[in-house]
Amino acid sequence: MRRKRIAVWAALGLLVAALSVVAAGCGGGDDEAGASTDIEGLGTSLEEIQTMARDEGEVNLVQWAGYAQLTDEFEAATGCKVNTKDGGSSDDMISLIQTGEYDGVSASGNASVRLMTTGDVAPIDPDLVPNYADVQEGIKDQDYNSLDGQPYGVPHGRGPNYLMFRTDDVPEDTDSWGVIWEDDQLAKYKGKISIYDDSIFIADAAVWLKATQPDLGIDDPYQLNQEQFDAAVALLKKQAPNVGEYWPGTPASQIAAYTNGDSVVGTTWPYQYLQLTNADPAVPVKAIKPVEGTTGWSDTWMIYSQAAHPNCMYLWMDHMISPEAQAAVAEGFGEAPVNLKACDLTTNENHCSDFHADDEAWWDDVYYWTTPVEDCGDDDDSTTCVTQEDWKTAWTEIRG
Amino acid sequence: MTSVSAPETPPRAHPGRRLSTFLFRHPRTRLALLLALPVAWMVVVYFGSLVVLLVSAFWDTDPFTAEIVREFTLDNFKTIIERPVYRDVAWRTIQMALMVTLADIVLAFPIAYYMARVASPRARNLLVVAILLPLWASYLVKVIAWRTILSDGGVINWALEPLGLSFDGYSTVGLWLVFTYLWLPFMILPVYAGLERIPASLLEASADLGGRSLTTFVRVIVPLALPAVVAGSIFTFSLTLGDYIAPGLITSEQFIGTVIYNIRGQALPTAAAYSFVPIVVIVLYLLVARKLGAFESL
Repeated sequence: MRRKRIAVWAALGLLVAALSVVAAGCGGGDDEAGASTDIEGLGTSLEEIQTMARDEGEVNLVQWAGYAQLTDEFEAATGCKVNTKDGGSSDDMISLIQTGEYDGVSASGNASVRLMTTGDVAPIDPDLVPNYADVQEGIKDQDYNSLDGQPYGVPHGRGPNYLMFRTDDVPEDTDSWGVIWEDDQLAKYKGKISIYDDSIFIADAAVWLKATQPDLGIDDPYQLNQEQFDAAVALLKKQAPNVGEYWPGTPASQIAAYTNGDSVVGTTWPYQYLQLTNADPAVPVKAIKPVEGTTGWSDTWMIYSQAAHPNCMYLWMDHMISPEAQAAVAEGFGEAPVNLKACDLTTNENHCSDFHADDEAWWDDVYYWTTPVEDCGDDDDSTTCVTQEDWKTAWTEIRG
Repeated sequence: MTSVSAPETPPRAHPGRRLSTFLFRHPRTRLALLLALPVAWMVVVYFGSLVVLLVSAFWDTDPFTAEIVREFTLDNFKTIIERPVYRDVAWRTIQMALMVTLADIVLAFPIAYYMARVASPRARNLLVVAILLPLWASYLVKVIAWRTILSDGGVINWALEPLGLSFDGYSTVGLWLVFTYLWLPFMILPVYAGLERIPASLLEASADLGGRSLTTFVRVIVPLALPAVVAGSIFTFSLTLGDYIAPGLITSEQFIGTVIYNIRGQALPTAAAYSFVPIVVIVLYLLVARKLGAFESL
């Protein structure tokens, strides 16, 4: 009897050991992509890509909600059926693309840099993406879409994170982030403040501190030394008890909360603002870029380095920077197109000027999402910054 | 067509028959074939995923790319023990699970008692259907419906308004209401089954011996129904402990499930380490439940 029991335990032990080996083995595949634009199964010319795409027949995308536009037209023209999956945060996007189930992703700066480094996304050959030539030069070859001058993917568009408020509760002439940071304002809107639920929001606190506490010497709100970081976290902890909703990256719950008045002020994407103002009846909201500046994003469509449908994905990248799709997504999501030819095609002929597509000065105080790194992303060896691992831990603590 | 049955294929040569003879003679093979699928499922899919989860709790991550580094470390456990936020959240979740369980017991016991002892068979059937009906609706739909009910302009605040009161629905209290509602059927059904099993003769004997109704309730019914209540509480407690969707939708407070969900992208190993907390709590809870005889009532 006793011997039998030992045998059972031994068998269980072996099983656990075997499983650990399996666990250690799988999910590897960390082969560095290097700068080669070769992807297995990708055509070498545009014609070849178009032919091969017909055989692939589909493309699977990870996207920010509302990004994939004119999909019917794309499907008709290329024969690639478009399947999309919405990610709620950059971390979401990374874990989704790493499942290997998707061909491409619309990555913001705080995802794209990591993806390029890990080799999860592949560099692209701009010659195979004809519309790439029309992308604004100022947006090409940036840290968040290129590595050593080699483009990884195509720029998609850029936009600011707005301060949005209901005009029936908050004064219409509000022009400062103070409404969600200053003590008396917090008391006034307690329980009705709406905040994006992601550690990247710490940068929004840093933007406010940069403007109001110059002694801290904050320059880049994503690269903070320990003192600056602690100040931002302290500010967020003070804000936390007053927050009504930390909205996840899927915009529906924030739209609902503003509609029924549970939230009246907070941070948002232009998408929610457009949904609210276009609703019937329209919700009385206003969205602004406050005087202190704001965080924002400049997104890039990137191709998974082991994409199952690389030809469809190449055609998709070209589609998304075509003037037609750029116009549709710029108006649909609420952002500035990167292909200015889109400006002639928008239903609202002022869309490009409303979103300052061609007005570089306006973007000076919009800080695009990027990844906090230990060396602060600068050449100065003496500075060290808080890494995003600590950002994430701090965010858990801020939420309490 | 002729009805001649040629004896050229004798029945013993039939392959199905031969197989059954073989299986009859080899009981071990029979057992192995019978259990192969469920055992494979249990071991590979069920325990396998659990083992992968628990093993990954001992891995590290790269601070920049957040990729998993397969090197043994205890840092994740150090993090969840040293950082007070993880303790606070765990404690808040356990308290919530206990409060939900208590509320469900208080609500479920009278309903179950009525069904088992008072109601006519017809009314009893109707009640069983009424209790099971919400389980057929999507969990998500029910939580979203509660979001509307608890909202500032929702029905609760509408009813309180004439009294000059207001209720902050998107709070821990609101979440407590939602959980209590969600898991109530899981408490009613075992308690109902437990109460129904109590023989009426025991209650009559208690009355014959001079026990008044309260005495009978406290000294006969409650002890006999206790294992069933504990069995129901296993459901309400563990379901509350692990849920991450309702807390995310109803409150801005964090619970174990929401923390694991939120940190999994950046710090999968820490999330895995944190999942040890509910596992340990549930194991302890089950040990106590077993002592109280709940497993015989399941």
